[in-house]
Amino acid sequence: MRRYLFGQIIVLLVVIYPLLTMRVPVYQRLGALVLLAAIGASAWNLIGGYAGQVSVGHAVFFGAGAYAATAVYAHFGLPPIAGAPLGALIAILVAALIGVPTLRLSGHYFSMATIAMAELMRVLVSNWQWLGGAQGISGPAVPRTVLDLSFASAVPYYYLFLAVLAAILLLTWRIEASRMGFYLRAIKDSERAARALGVAAGRYKLYAYMLSAGLTALAGSLYAVMFGFVDPESACGILISVKMLIIAALGGSGLLFGPLVGALILVPLEEISNSLLGGRGAGLTFVAYGAIIVIIARFLPNGILALLAFRPAKSAETERGHAA
Amino acid sequence: MSPILLQVIVSGLLIGAVYALFSSGLTLIWGMMNVINFAHGDFVMLAMYTAFVVWTLFEGGPAASIPIAALVLATIGVLSYFLLVRHVMKGPMLAQILGTFGLALLLRYSAFWYFGANFKTLPDNLLGPPLVVGSVRIDAPRLLAGTVGLIVTLLLHLLLTHTAIGSRLLAVSEDATAAQLMGIRPERMQAIAWALAAGSAGIAGALIATFFYTSPTVGETLAIVAFVTVALGGFGSVPGALVAGLLIGTIEGLSAYLIGPVYKDVIVYTLFVLVLWFRPQGLMGKT
Repeated sequence: MRRYLFGQIIVLLVVIYPLLTMRVPVYQRLGALVLLAAIGASAWNLIGGYAGQVSVGHAVFFGAGAYAATAVYAHFGLPPIAGAPLGALIAILVAALIGVPTLRLSGHYFSMATIAMAELMRVLVSNWQWLGGAQGISGPAVPRTVLDLSFASAVPYYYLFLAVLAAILLLTWRIEASRMGFYLRAIKDSERAARALGVAAGRYKLYAYMLSAGLTALAGSLYAVMFGFVDPESACGILISVKMLIIAALGGSGLLFGPLVGALILVPLEEISNSLLGGRGAGLTFVAYGAIIVIIARFLPNGILALLAFRPAKSAETERGHAA
Repeated sequence: MSPILLQVIVSGLLIGAVYALFSSGLTLIWGMMNVINFAHGDFVMLAMYTAFVVWTLFEGGPAASIPIAALVLATIGVLSYFLLVRHVMKGPMLAQILGTFGLALLLRYSAFWYFGANFKTLPDNLLGPPLVVGSVRIDAPRLLAGTVGLIVTLLLHLLLTHTAIGSRLLAVSEDATAAQLMGIRPERMQAIAWALAAGSAGIAGALIATFFYTSPTVGETLAIVAFVTVALGGFGSVPGALVAGLLIGTIEGLSAYLIGPVYKDVIVYTLFVLVLWFRPQGLMGKT
């Protein structure tokens, strides 16, 4: 019962957070950014965390969503959010296309192939004038209707992102308990053993990859809606892929709340050090960023939530104990 | 063959030899310990800044900067191994990727913070006039880089295949426990491998700095070239890296000349994906 009470207090705090920070819009914006990062990392978590296929190229899907949102505005005059389903569809198709050959590769090979795919996409987009080339494209400069979702305050974004994140976490939670969730964990522990037991490993990895891609595209569209501007580096750059991975791994990959915990730590850190150090400090921010990542990898290889010995981490350990 | 085409191929082979040199280190670590060093490109970047510092301090050319960069980088390699890699190797694959990527960010933005974002270049005439053979004109820095790159890569290969140290390194990469029973210390061998890998990246960086601009993010571009080279050549194979490096240098040059400079990366990445698809073990890797 106490556990539920604790959970309820956290949910309440999350919901009223914008009211608590009414006087400080910067904090409201920070809250929205944390949620957005958590959305992307939670989407990555499906393939990278649960299925254990470490993609370092999710920027492809993030970019698909971000560009779809700005392109439907720039070329067809539609509200950017209308590009979200299109972006998700494109991302799912691209995931199927690149997933079939690359998911056959295991371990490092898969990671390398996803990096190459993302870089390939970034170079192509940089040279595609229809998508603004290297300059990028902008969303609506001034909101025409409320559908443009262009607000001065960060509060509407906060609740929009919160709703999306809640939906993704609910979906992930259902998958975790489903047949697919068990299959993915089996594949992560040992793909060969899973196959031997009759799990269609290739098919389930592909499903997880496509679902992850679609949701990552949604994160990209939301990014484009909030920022109103997309260019190759901010949508398809390698740092986009890496950030999703780092946030999930920091909190605890393959755990439901891992990405959210990771985002709660990393995003404020990044924003605060950016604002404290300003201009020249941008380099120092990433130095700190790199140092923290190294320390996490060195001392907490399973993420922060693993410290609390949550059930999934524990059961994985005992399973391994039995295997040995 | 038209003179321009010949020129393009010769330049491609020369740059390819340098690719081979800095990819050898990556492939050595990968093949021996199954660790991808995402900071490898940033090792090259640090070596380029080392060459720049050597020049600004006492106007030292490549004769001074190559050994200094090799020593500095070998030290950094050994430190990285003992402080970080040795520990993350025991963890999950994700922790390895995080560890070396964190190191990459740390090095890249330390350089950014210290040297600034501006491009730095060494003087053009550092090595004298270009060499002209028939219709082909070769810039002296590129000729030096290609030649030294080729020689050092071959020396590295000989070291691995024809010396006692090389046999011990191979033994550890085959089976660390068995090697330990034979009286070889795996950790010492792995530290030596990191010294060799980072040291060869150091030589490559000092060479590249003589004809290419130095910036904090240059390592990112170079790392991707190295990944493609290693994948194409076969993980763990130094001769594979040499063949693949020469091939990629030439293909890059040819596609820039025949299709357009913008598309050279597209061609190289597509090649990479095709290799992973059809021959994931690479040209010379073992299955």
